[in-house]
Amino acid sequence: MAEPTIFEISSAGRIGVKYPSPDVPETPLPVNFARDQLPLPELSEQDVIRHYTRLSKLNYSVDGGFYPLGSCTMKYNPRVNERAARLPGFASVHPFQPVETVQGCLAIMYNLQLWLQEISGFKGVSLQPAAGAQGEFVGVSIIKSYHESRKDSKRTKILIPDSAHGTNPASSAMKGYEIVPIPTDANGDVDLEALRAACDETTAGLMLTNPNTLGLFEKDVVEVIQIVHAAGGLVYGDGANLNALLGIVRPGDLGIDIMHFNLHKTFSTPHGGGGPGSGPVGVASHLVDFLPAPVVDVMEKGTEDMAPLYGFRSPSRTIGRVKSFNGHFGMLVRAFVYISMHGPDGLLSISKYAVLNANYLLAKLKPYYKLPYDRVCMHEFVLEGRWEDAPGVIALDIAKRLMDYGFHPPTNYFPLIVHDALMIEPTETENKQILDAFAEALIKIAGEAKTEPELLKTAPHVTPVGRLDEVKAARDLVLCCWIPELSSP
Amino acid sequence: MFIPHTGSETGEMLKELGLKSIDELFNDVPVEYRFPKLDLPAALSEMEAFSMAQAISQSNESTQDLVCFLGAGAYNHYIPSVVDSVISRGEFFTAYTPYQPEISQGTLQAVFEYQSLIAALTGMDVSNASHYDGATACAEAGVLAYHHFFGKRPRMVVAPSVHPHYRETMRTYLGGYAEIQITGDDPDRDPLSTPDYLISLVDQHTSLVLVQYPDFFGRIFDLTEFAKAVHEKGALLAVAVNPLSLGLLKPPSDFGADIVVGEGQSLGIPLSFGGPYLGIFATRKELVRKLAGRLVGESIDQQGRKGYVLTLTAREQHIRRDKATSNICTNQGLMALASSVYLSALGKHGLKSVANLCYQKAHYAASRIAKVPGFAVLDDSPFFHEFIVHCPESVEDLNLHLLDHGILGGYDLGCDYPSLEDHMLVAVTELVDKEDIDMLCDVLSEVKHG
Repeated sequence: MAEPTIFEISSAGRIGVKYPSPDVPETPLPVNFARDQLPLPELSEQDVIRHYTRLSKLNYSVDGGFYPLGSCTMKYNPRVNERAARLPGFASVHPFQPVETVQGCLAIMYNLQLWLQEISGFKGVSLQPAAGAQGEFVGVSIIKSYHESRKDSKRTKILIPDSAHGTNPASSAMKGYEIVPIPTDANGDVDLEALRAACDETTAGLMLTNPNTLGLFEKDVVEVIQIVHAAGGLVYGDGANLNALLGIVRPGDLGIDIMHFNLHKTFSTPHGGGGPGSGPVGVASHLVDFLPAPVVDVMEKGTEDMAPLYGFRSPSRTIGRVKSFNGHFGMLVRAFVYISMHGPDGLLSISKYAVLNANYLLAKLKPYYKLPYDRVCMHEFVLEGRWEDAPGVIALDIAKRLMDYGFHPPTNYFPLIVHDALMIEPTETENKQILDAFAEALIKIAGEAKTEPELLKTAPHVTPVGRLDEVKAARDLVLCCWIPELSSP
Repeated sequence: MFIPHTGSETGEMLKELGLKSIDELFNDVPVEYRFPKLDLPAALSEMEAFSMAQAISQSNESTQDLVCFLGAGAYNHYIPSVVDSVISRGEFFTAYTPYQPEISQGTLQAVFEYQSLIAALTGMDVSNASHYDGATACAEAGVLAYHHFFGKRPRMVVAPSVHPHYRETMRTYLGGYAEIQITGDDPDRDPLSTPDYLISLVDQHTSLVLVQYPDFFGRIFDLTEFAKAVHEKGALLAVAVNPLSLGLLKPPSDFGADIVVGEGQSLGIPLSFGGPYLGIFATRKELVRKLAGRLVGESIDQQGRKGYVLTLTAREQHIRRDKATSNICTNQGLMALASSVYLSALGKHGLKSVANLCYQKAHYAASRIAKVPGFAVLDDSPFFHEFIVHCPESVEDLNLHLLDHGILGGYDLGCDYPSLEDHMLVAVTELVDKEDIDMLCDVLSEVKHG
């Protein structure tokens, strides 16, 4: 049965949280500011807990099962991260406290900056961006400020491979850039000839996802970067797929100029049902002065018995501020704890096993699903969700049928360059038995597609609701609960 | 730990792949850069890592040890236990954006209810699923207004009494549109001037006017006539709110606001040194197709059962790419959930109570501080729970002195407004007792006489 909304279970006069009476003499509020109607629900605390507990049970989650959502790195979220971020010495600290009282917070940030630099081969990191998309926006802003600082005003174009995430062109457009799509070659790499042809004195930069969204490591990555640099452009690395590269290769060593990290992917901070993320940005030495403000720095050097004094600093040619206060600090604590529990060898293992898991699953599925680019993959791979002998079945049907088998579907219909794409990212935290069970389900579905396609077309069958009418949702546009007080005459 | 593979399982998997070692999977990586040695501290066990985090956290002073009079956009409120209990459920915090509605109805309904609660609180028709924080919500209001007029109204007027971080963020976001001009907060203007003077800057080229309510200085103004004047010039009025204050105060919809944005941290989200917080964004229904960010709508499945889905996705980056209304990909999911649980648990009575406690205690504090020799409270305008105090010495020195007495003093306004040197912004929430306020005044009295 559907769970009623929080407004539908409200009962006038019920109180969930009680507050004490004022302990000070009262001052009347001027009448012209007094609110006369506050249409919020009225519930007991138990009403609230039961409502949200019931809602939670309608969700699929990493805690509940395998979640191979390509490009999202849905790995296990360690519980110690949660406990650390909730320590009162972190959770109850005000962002504007005097720096002397927040040295612990600043130490976390300073060390995380250094660790991310070491992991990626960059010379500076700002922890400010709120999410990956904001990290991209920061990257593009840095590209723009860099060219402007050199009085190089002709550079109006950003090159973006056709396999890129939609956030890449959207972030570039926000900075006023014209987008030039670069095709993918037959091997799944950036088409070098097309790239060479597109590069000229109007090129501001290239946004490169590596491994790309096909899950393939760009074989000619060094040459790609050289071509863009030779034309005077900068190379932005989309760090969405960094989970394949920890201890494997450092993007900065390859010559990439700027990259964002997704702490909520690579460094295990939880996805939270859609956020908060955290998207720090790293840059090569020639761009450190452009980083978004503020960054954490050592203000007074420490000694053997005295910790250094940390403080905030605004880089000299900063692109500015992209959000209030100090980044998503709570996420930074989680990533800090995660990295400290791994060390160099543990980080390397993350990427090795993420790539092993992906290749193992790929090997199991390859006989049953078309693989458009047949190569060793990195942490994820893309299959086609369609067969010539199962006309009418599309990737969406496979995705929905997987729910009947108890799995979260892969990302589908992305990247756009693969028909009926199924983008599968197992992550390193899944064991062999789970991978085997998932492969078995997908293989069964491949059979069903040919023998009982209706099973797929009508899936899912075991979920709280079936396929929802998205056209109706957009046409009728109900974006708000029925609220009794606002509906009464 | 977190990688479950046993030696024999790894062996079986490699055998399936016909490989001897995992390293062979990385042959596409240029050999000269392959397998760099990372100079990082050696791995800690969970026990050691947690101890380290705990030790580091203890080198901070927190609002649990200090009496907090610091606000300026982030407020120390009591968070009922039920909030963290709900958002700590793995079913919520380990899920992602609800791309698959059949197995994400929990998140989707929670977002739908969040949109409803924010609409109810702000008095607007529609709320999105949230932005990163109050600052980015203001910036997105600018983007919306610019596109609403198809770029034909490139001017925006922003009050100097809007939070300095919101104004800075707005400038960074809108910097990519060469023709956009932001005026109103020029450094030579009196930051304390009332909103009315902004009207003279609004013309037929203005797309957006942004004010804050209560403003950065805590003041409240009746914006009814102001909104009329903005609308007469054809511009949109955006109001940045502290949502908690709306438990007591008239919502901006009563004044005729077109867009309501705000920092949602006061609704059950910990201070956490500045984030993650919650960006509130609500509008009139006429603007819904220009909204940035996720939206959840109601629908039905094939059997007619009610359910919720992400809707109007044609505005978004994964479909529209460079033509999208914004590059935003996620929302602030878990923080939006926290605020929904907070608003549900407090309900109409609780939210009114807590807003009233803040209001009463702040007014008591202002009246007491006004009597301390050498200190003056600037209270020409009504205020909510924050007010300006003119101090006889530098705010920085004063705050160090207060810290010795276990008091976290107010925000130093001289940092952002040169004309407000020696002016402290004092915030009072329900967590401050009468005794705390009296103690603050005692310590301030010593300063003057000491």
